[in-house]
Amino acid sequence: MPTFLLLTALTAVRILGRNRLRTGLTMLGIVIGVGAVIAMVSIGEGAKAAVAERVASMGTNVILVLPGAVTTGGVRGGQGGVVTLTTADAVELKKRIPLLRETGWARRDVMQIVHGNKNWNGTVNGISPSYLTIRGWSFTGGGPLTQQDLDTAARVAVLGQTAVDNLFEPGEEPVGAIIRINHVPFRVVGTLAPKGQSAQGMDQDDVIFIPFSTAERKVFGTRFLGSVGALFASTERPEDLAPAVAQIREVLRQRHRLQPDQDDDFFIRTQVDIGKVHEDTSETLTIMLFSIASVSLLVGGIGIMNILLVSVTERTKEIGVRMAVGATRRHILIQFLVEAMTLSVLGGCLGILVGMLGARATTVVAGWPTIISPETVIAAFVFSVAVGLFFGLYPANKAAWMSPIDALRYE
Amino acid sequence: MAALISCEDLWKIYRLGDVEVQALRGVDLLIEEGEFVAIMGASGSGKSTLMNILGCLDRPTKGCYRLQGVDVGGLRADQLAEIRNRRIGFVFQNFNLIPRTSALENVQLPLFYRGLPLRQQRALAAEALARVGLQGRENHYPSQLSGGQQQRVAIARALVASPSLLLADEPTGNLDTQSSLEIMAILDGLNKKQRITIVLVTHETDIAAYAEREVVMKDGRILTDRKTPSRASALSVEA
Repeated sequence: MPTFLLLTALTAVRILGRNRLRTGLTMLGIVIGVGAVIAMVSIGEGAKAAVAERVASMGTNVILVLPGAVTTGGVRGGQGGVVTLTTADAVELKKRIPLLRETGWARRDVMQIVHGNKNWNGTVNGISPSYLTIRGWSFTGGGPLTQQDLDTAARVAVLGQTAVDNLFEPGEEPVGAIIRINHVPFRVVGTLAPKGQSAQGMDQDDVIFIPFSTAERKVFGTRFLGSVGALFASTERPEDLAPAVAQIREVLRQRHRLQPDQDDDFFIRTQVDIGKVHEDTSETLTIMLFSIASVSLLVGGIGIMNILLVSVTERTKEIGVRMAVGATRRHILIQFLVEAMTLSVLGGCLGILVGMLGARATTVVAGWPTIISPETVIAAFVFSVAVGLFFGLYPANKAAWMSPIDALRYE
Repeated sequence: MAALISCEDLWKIYRLGDVEVQALRGVDLLIEEGEFVAIMGASGSGKSTLMNILGCLDRPTKGCYRLQGVDVGGLRADQLAEIRNRRIGFVFQNFNLIPRTSALENVQLPLFYRGLPLRQQRALAAEALARVGLQGRENHYPSQLSGGQQQRVAIARALVASPSLLLADEPTGNLDTQSSLEIMAILDGLNKKQRITIVLVTHETDIAAYAEREVVMKDGRILTDRKTPSRASALSVEA
């Protein structure tokens, strides 16, 4: 049997080689189908990966607590409408919930920043030192804000890449320089590695970080000491996020003295919630592209079936001769199946190449990220084999079930 | 001598629409091993139908056909394929070689389906081609060979499986006189020297004269069945 299969495959290649144009055109259907599947899936995967990267740039296992709406006499305020979260909340959360690795806080405001003859309108964040580690910022120069900076309300700042680009000449060293935020002089102690756009499309690098205490007392001013724009917390493992969220809710409700019938006066978000929407979108995109590409693969398969039916009819006499010298139905069936699969496998391999080139071209021309995973390639290959098998089965069966005498007599 | 072929009351009835065609109407035939039999008759006499049944390509509607004592009627399609592969060699009027496939590969075909290793297939096929005088033409395609040469390739393909029965359906029907003589000489030699049983269908009396027994068919029945008297004279033509 192995000899038979090998020789059948060789014969199939030779028979297909005789009719190059026909073979080429038949294969083209599969080439385009598989190529489209590969290219489309790689675009979808690329989009998904880009979203995942953006979500990851928020930091890992991050929980975000935002001040919430408060209903006063039937009138509901919007999200962040009132100040309900404080630094003390963060400290208490850290103390009472062992699942939390770290907690931090931040308050932001847009301020005019001046350095030398340049100025820039950027987002200034007053933060606890832990904020930078929770959000996963890394440094390209200098170092982070310290607990001492917070305790002493030091006038020190850490700059994001966009702020650096807009305040300093190219090549100028920001670390150690003095900038003015709202007329208050600050010494730059660190610069941050760029993170790019957030999942919402905001420039995450357009930031300046200063100690929370400094921001509160010397830059922003405050109505209520210790009130923050947002609390941040992180857990050790992703699976801890859900229980941590529940515990944070419980502690905050207790601290805010909320009655059981009252709504939360805060919102809790995790990066999972934020990323999910975007991931769902690109998932839908992938499925849609894949379905469109599958249709062309189906059409390619029909092309194979069509040409094989023609081939079976053309070679009816040959089938009769083969049966006369002792070919069984199975032999004939396998011969035509092997021919179908040779077509689809060769077409599939070419299609994989075409798809990779197409994905590459998409990245180069349109600038979309594309990812070709080995799984996609293997799946496309298996799919093309299956197409050959499926669409070859009918013509092969037709050939195998001919009566030897009718096949021999066929003119 | 054991009967190689034994037919009892063979009937073959075709239905073409509403019309019923009785191609065979009760044929009884015994052929011993080593015989050289010519089946003659006008077209429509049923000789080709009988040939197809003898070759296990077709089944009788009624009656019993035993090949080497085995009742072929009860066998499955793949068992019939195996009998065709190992016991029967076919030579057709229009050669029936597979186009654009070399002479050697055409001859290899029965061995290929028997599942022999490629090397052995090649060796046996080359040997069979040499036996019909076609050494050196192994790699020619059928289109590059003359009719006589193509028929010799077909004979080699029938021989390569060492069959006990060679069925030749008008083997010289498409050939000129010279090629016909050559082909008949080969068949005669196979019968004489290797004692291969040959059943030959023809409507030419001089071709039938090579056989030692002549069966004449008419309207699906055997009309006459006798020893050929003119065998000696036919052979003298060849010489």
